[in-house]
Formats: sequence, C-alpha cells, structure tokens
Amino acid sequence: MDEARSDHVVAHDHGDIDRHVRAALLVFGALLVLTGFTVAAWTLHLPTGYAIALALLIAAVKGSLVACWFMHLLSERKFIYWVLALTAACFIPLLLIPVLTSSSGYRL
Amino acid sequence: MDIPYTVAARPDTGLNNGKIAIWLFLASEVMLFGALFASYVMLRVGAAEWPAGSTYLNVPLATLNTVVLISSSVTMVLAWASIAKGDFARFRLFMGITILCGLVFLVVKYFEYSAKFHHGYLPSTNTFLAIYFTLTGLHGLHVVGGMGLNAWLWGPGSSLWRSDRTHFTNRVENAGLFWHLVDLVWIFLFPVLYLL
Repeated sequence: MDEARSDHVVAHDHGDIDRHVRAALLVFGALLVLTGFTVAAWTLHLPTGYAIALALLIAAVKGSLVACWFMHLLSERKFIYWVLALTAACFIPLLLIPVLTSSSGYRL
Repeated sequence: MDIPYTVAARPDTGLNNGKIAIWLFLASEVMLFGALFASYVMLRVGAAEWPAGSTYLNVPLATLNTVVLISSSVTMVLAWASIAKGDFARFRLFMGITILCGLVFLVVKYFEYSAKFHHGYLPSTNTFLAIYFTLTGLHGLHVVGGMGLNAWLWGPGSSLWRSDRTHFTNRVENAGLFWHLVDLVWIFLFPVLYLL
C-alpha cells in the first residue's frame, strides 16, 4: 500500500518538481551575481555606515532567495509561518537592542 | 506501535511530524545564531576600535567558500528533486556532490584556520578574532553535522527507500532544509566578518 501511495504522490508532482528545479537554477545564478556584487561593493571602500547597509541589504536579498525558493517558504503551510513569525518577534529585538542602546549613548 | 503522522499530514496543521519538527529545530537554530550575531553587534558598537575583517581574514578564500556552499544548496535541491521523481541513482549522484561540497568548504576553512594559527592569530588575540572563531567554528560544526546527515541518507539510511519512498523523500527534504539554513547563515557571516 505504501509503495502504491508513494508512487502516486511522486508521479503527481513531476511537473511541479521540474518547475521548482528551473526556479532553483535561476536562483543559483542570482546568488552568484549577488555574491559578486557583495565583493565588488567591498572594493569600493564606502564609508562604514553605507558599507554595512549595502552588505546587509544584499545579504538579506540572498537570504530571502534561499528561504523562499530553496526552503519552499513561498508555498508552506500557515503553521510554519506562525513559527517563523514568533522566531522573528524574538530575533529582531535581540539584534536591535544593542544597536539602539548604542545610538542613544549607552556603552556597556 | 507505529509513530503516527510520519508521512501523512496531521489534520490540525496540514504537515507531517517530521516537517513540523525540522522547522521548530530551525527556529531554535536561528535564535542560537541570532544570539551570537547580537553578541557581535554588542561587541562591535561597544569597541573603541574595530579592525576591518580583511586585516586578518582571507576574502578570496571566503568568497570561494560562499560559491561552494551556494552550489551545494543547488545540488541539494537537485538531490531532493531526483528522489521525489523516483530516480534513486541521480539522487545519490547529487547528494554525493553536496557532501563533497561540504568537504571542500571544510578543507578551505582548515587552510584559513591554519594560516591564522601560523601567524599567531588566536581567539585570545582580540575581541574580533574571538567572535570570528566562535561564529565560524559553530557554523563549521553545523556543516559537519549536515554532512553526517546527508552521508547517512546517501548510505545506510537509504534502505528506507525500498520500504517507504514517501517517508524517505520527506527525510531528504528535511535534511535539505537544514543544509539550506547552514548556507543561509554563511550568507550573513561572509559580509559581516570578512568585508565590514
């Protein structure tokens, strides 16, 4: 029974899988280009603030591509979005607290 | 007694238990690395001076490692796609390449670490090197863990393919999710440590 069910599932998804692979290859190209941009931006020796903002922006775009296409987050179930939303609600303040306390004059 | 919902979706979440478990684990991993990234930010904004990463670190080697990890993510997708389409031989080929990419990453990292130690750059040298070794060391352990999991699915774990194809395919997908997270973490580590 298991084998029959598995074969049915596998056969049913072939078209989707091919589309997923094509998208993954395009994302692969985009990630390589963005890696090139990251290194090229570094060679420009921008002021520190701009360099950090640009590097993190490119990294965020790359990370989003990996999460959305490689990790299938574009088509996941609601439960997983809630898990990630809870993670983000903890993660973002964790990163912002040292930055915000620093800009308001605090030094630990 | 069989464990329920290893393959079939639970009626409440629409997901099987393995999928739920791996995403909860990945959430905990995000918090683990998040805590260390927050430590990095705190150390950096609190430091009177902070060296440019390229002062100590080898940018070309790190760029190579970035390309290697991105490539391994694609071969992981191809491994999953192959097994989902029922092509076991292609699955083994792409999973083998993924494991090989992980090995290349670690070998490059070994040369990087060796050069640091040779020049006397140790975690105790300064705060920058301390957080560099902590973050990249933890990430390296995740690469080792991911390679171990992938190697198990390539070898002895693949016996499940003969008895329950969907269950095995789900395991490959979950291993892929972990591997992609390892890639995602490196995508942020690379500019933060090496270029800024």
